Amino acid sequence: MPKIFINNKEIEFQEGMTVLQACELAGAEIPRFCYHERLSIAGNCRMCLVEMEKSSKPIASCAMPATDGMKIKTNTQMVEKARKGVMEFLLVNHPLDCPVCDQGGECDLQDQSLYYGFDSSRFKENKRLVKDKYMGPLIKTQMTRCIHCTRCIRFATEVAGVSELGAIGRGEDMEITTYLEKSMTSELSGNVIDLCPVGALTSKPYAFEARPWELKKTESIDVMDAVGSNIRVDSYGWEVKRVLPRLNNSINEEWISDKTRYACDGLLKQRLDKVYIRRENKLVEASWDDAINLISSKIDSTDNDKIAGHIGGLNSIETINSFKKFLEEINVKNYEFREKDFYVNPEEKMNYIFNSSIQGIEKSDLLLLVGANPRLEATILNARIRKTYLKNKLPILSIGDPGDLTYPYKVIGTKTDDIKQILEGKSEINNLFKKSKNPLVIIGESALELKSGKYILEGLKDFLHKNKFINENWNSFNILSQNAATVGALDLNFLNKENGSGNFFDKLKNHIFELLYFVGSDELNFQKNNEFIIYQGSHGDRMAEIADVVLPSPAYTEQNGFFINLEGRLQKAYKATNPIGNAKEDWKIFNLICNKLKNKNLFTNYKDLIDDSLSKIKDSKNIDTLPVTQTKKINLSSGNFYSEDVSIRPIDYYFSNPVARASKTMSDCRAEKIINIENRKIG
Amino acid sequence: MLKEENKIFKNLYNEHGWELENAVKRDDWLDTKKIIDKGRDWIINEIKTSELRGRGGAGFSTGLKWSFAPKKVGSRPHYLVINADESEPGTCKDRDILRFEPQKLIEGCLIASYAVNAKVCYVYIRGEYSNEGKRLQEAIDQAYSKNFIGKNACNTGWDLDIYIHYGAGAYICGEETALLESLEGNKGQPRLKPPFPALVGLYGCPTIVNNVETIAVVPTILRRGAKWFASMGRPKNTGTKIFCISGNVNTPCNVEEEMGIPLKELIEKHAGGVIGGWKNLQAVIPGGSSMPMVPKDICETLRMDFDSLVGVKSGLGTAGVVVINKDEDIIKCMARIARFYKHESCGQCTPCREGAGWMWRILERTAKGEATHKDIDLLSDVTKQIEGHTICAFGEGSAWPVQGLLRHFRKEIDKRCTADPIFKKKRKIPYLIDQHNLESKDA
Repeated sequence: MPKIFINNKEIEFQEGMTVLQACELAGAEIPRFCYHERLSIAGNCRMCLVEMEKSSKPIASCAMPATDGMKIKTNTQMVEKARKGVMEFLLVNHPLDCPVCDQGGECDLQDQSLYYGFDSSRFKENKRLVKDKYMGPLIKTQMTRCIHCTRCIRFATEVAGVSELGAIGRGEDMEITTYLEKSMTSELSGNVIDLCPVGALTSKPYAFEARPWELKKTESIDVMDAVGSNIRVDSYGWEVKRVLPRLNNSINEEWISDKTRYACDGLLKQRLDKVYIRRENKLVEASWDDAINLISSKIDSTDNDKIAGHIGGLNSIETINSFKKFLEEINVKNYEFREKDFYVNPEEKMNYIFNSSIQGIEKSDLLLLVGANPRLEATILNARIRKTYLKNKLPILSIGDPGDLTYPYKVIGTKTDDIKQILEGKSEINNLFKKSKNPLVIIGESALELKSGKYILEGLKDFLHKNKFINENWNSFNILSQNAATVGALDLNFLNKENGSGNFFDKLKNHIFELLYFVGSDELNFQKNNEFIIYQGSHGDRMAEIADVVLPSPAYTEQNGFFINLEGRLQKAYKATNPIGNAKEDWKIFNLICNKLKNKNLFTNYKDLIDDSLSKIKDSKNIDTLPVTQTKKINLSSGNFYSEDVSIRPIDYYFSNPVARASKTMSDCRAEKIINIENRKIG
Repeated sequence: MLKEENKIFKNLYNEHGWELENAVKRDDWLDTKKIIDKGRDWIINEIKTSELRGRGGAGFSTGLKWSFAPKKVGSRPHYLVINADESEPGTCKDRDILRFEPQKLIEGCLIASYAVNAKVCYVYIRGEYSNEGKRLQEAIDQAYSKNFIGKNACNTGWDLDIYIHYGAGAYICGEETALLESLEGNKGQPRLKPPFPALVGLYGCPTIVNNVETIAVVPTILRRGAKWFASMGRPKNTGTKIFCISGNVNTPCNVEEEMGIPLKELIEKHAGGVIGGWKNLQAVIPGGSSMPMVPKDICETLRMDFDSLVGVKSGLGTAGVVVINKDEDIIKCMARIARFYKHESCGQCTPCREGAGWMWRILERTAKGEATHKDIDLLSDVTKQIEGHTICAFGEGSAWPVQGLLRHFRKEIDKRCTADPIFKKKRKIPYLIDQHNLESKDA
């Protein structure tokens, strides 16, 4: 291992590191603005200058590769003068906005000028002014504050894949802008707000809301999609003010999608805080006792096969487990978690998770997407695929056309016949498969919704087994789930006992059920026809509108919960704020009803519930680790083949769950997106 | 004083015609095949022996630069790029070479491309030189027609293609890495060095960037011998140079002279002397506006070559001599130069972007008489904070002239600072010690 001397201390470092990374290993903190570990090196802020022996000028440590035997000093007069000089220059044209700037309290410029800068400015001229630019409903721009570190440009070009930000002008008049004055079309656009070291790019919905030292920070897990990005929920009192990403190299690195970040203002609107009962076709306030009495009497008077339960996509393992136990207690066998009828195979865990793991995508050398649109279904996964593409230039093929994915890919077919050709070895793609060592096949829910869904899933699994692409080191079979609750529900087997497809949805369509119990479920395609509907959830959305009894329960930031992401990784979300109004936790509501009906409690305390839920999860006992799945079992039954078009189900990205639908920011984004599409059609 | 037979550029004033036929009469393209047949190593060694230094302003040894290119062509092709972006104020020598002696440049391209293993050569001409570019393109077409370049150029077995690319009015694109960025089609912002263009240059391939004049003298050096070239001038400052004399002189002109010629002789003999006589001289900018100015008393005995000028804290640069006499307001001149640098800064790195504008503003106020003495100390601080802390040499280019002014004309400036506050408060402010400085050894 090569060695370097930093302040006369000898440090060993890895090949390929820069001087700045080596200094961090040595514990010498180096101020910087433009350097970021996940972006390319720019070297233009000049704040990281250090002294190197043999050089009369200081060197930029973020750009200089560290070599064996270098002698670096970070605490000499020359370095201090350089830092003070650069800091003075940065503050020359920076406006005196600290009292009104949102970044105050978490501003890199404030912190570094305190430690490394002068105490007062000597600049007596007039400062320059830059006109504000419009970058969409999410990003508030105050470009006068910009210090031209170009982090946002590098992020937009490299990580997000949309080259929409750039610098125009030269010298003092250099401005960062989108030039076209429209919003950024990437779903990762909110991350530039975290990257910007000053208050030039801030969050528009969060503008002037709070100061960072007033907020209570809670570590939690995101439920807007199945990726399970690690987030930090900042709350003030009972309101959730904003959501920021947490570092997790295995899942979301340092990014979160726009929906994750901005849907949190939907937690303040359309909330269910009281119990409602429908009387004379109007929802009237009631008490918990009235509601429980009504529900238990209805359950008693209805046949067991005419009762059904459905659970939505934002619920935790505990909720699903307690709901299932409750339904088993009252002898109900019809329950589902799927919103559309797509094929699932709950026999072994490998059949319904993303087996290669998100970090494992970086090792692959061939990618086949089957009826999946990773950009809208799992944005962070898409960013990871793009990262792998930039590094390895891996060939990406798709069956079905998902549109612009921010990286180049080839559509090799749009019908199930093309899949059949691959499985039978008759396609040119098979040659590519033969040459690859770590291919990746991602099957989306749109492909599993087809009549040939079973054929596709079982057939591809068989194909990969036969060609030895499923082994101890690498598992190339992946399913892209869309909801945070999907994998957990499958682990707990929250499905009809019969063959796992079709039955529940047919019965629902033919109005066979008389009592329906929806827990947080608003996406079902369902028309009411005199059924008695119980809705238990956090937002007054579609199902609450038609319900006969409305029971308020907390949202995902208001209760502790375990979630399993699409890789099968178990993660814990912590409670950030208290439930509002009369809301009770889901498992406690089931306890109350069960008490009324059978005079016993389902779970006596929360710890019992956790222990029971976790014990039922297959192959994974530890939190934050990937499951170790069996790879030897080969599924023998295969499905019927029908020739049909593989069309990818269009997703209303900004309105995909009740929290997002209640959010004003999401509806602004949606309107912006529609305008952009219209303009592109015309212009 | 340069003898007529030692002159390299015989057609600098277009007395003999620029076309290929006339150029051949002046011994251009004479025995080029023999030179190339002597091999790469011989060519690079000859250039090293001749101690030819880059004529574009930096004065880096050309032979040494050519030897940095990889000896064998690997997976990436090599390129030769000619820097004809002559935007340094006070410099106009490349223009005459492009207009009147283009064949020297083209022959030099062939020899240099062979020496660095390049089969493609790009000439980057500043956008304002559209006529000169057209002339060069005609000359290139004439050379193609006679098979002097193209496939199997001059029957040597080496292919060479020369393409012209026009700039768009940015001084910063004269910096070599900014030039490469501009050639690639990006914004002309300099890159970080290391890695150097000789290893990672145009499109990531090994590239050698040289000035027009440097390449144009290469064929003559190799024909007449490196020792002949080294016999002129003095060691490490050999050969001849085209000086562009402008400013307050009677007959401003371009003239090719020996290195080391006394400045007084240069101005009096070739440019007709300072307007108002030698006694009327105030200062001379020796090498384009990026070099600090030299006042009259130093000019009496100054010799024009790289090392002598570095000795008086200036530099030869591009040898664009600008003469300023006592009729001019020196501070206003400097403010105008500072305004040029503020306008041409690319804006990438902080010290140059903010510092150039700051210096200009202080100088403007000083020229008008609205500055205080503290402002002048501030100005010298600012120049020290810019130089050495930037990505490219533009920072030094903008800071050094101001330092030159402050060094030699302090009295003038002090007379002009009339905006001092009337009441001078004496405040006892204790010197605050930096905490982390205490922790270091030399606290």
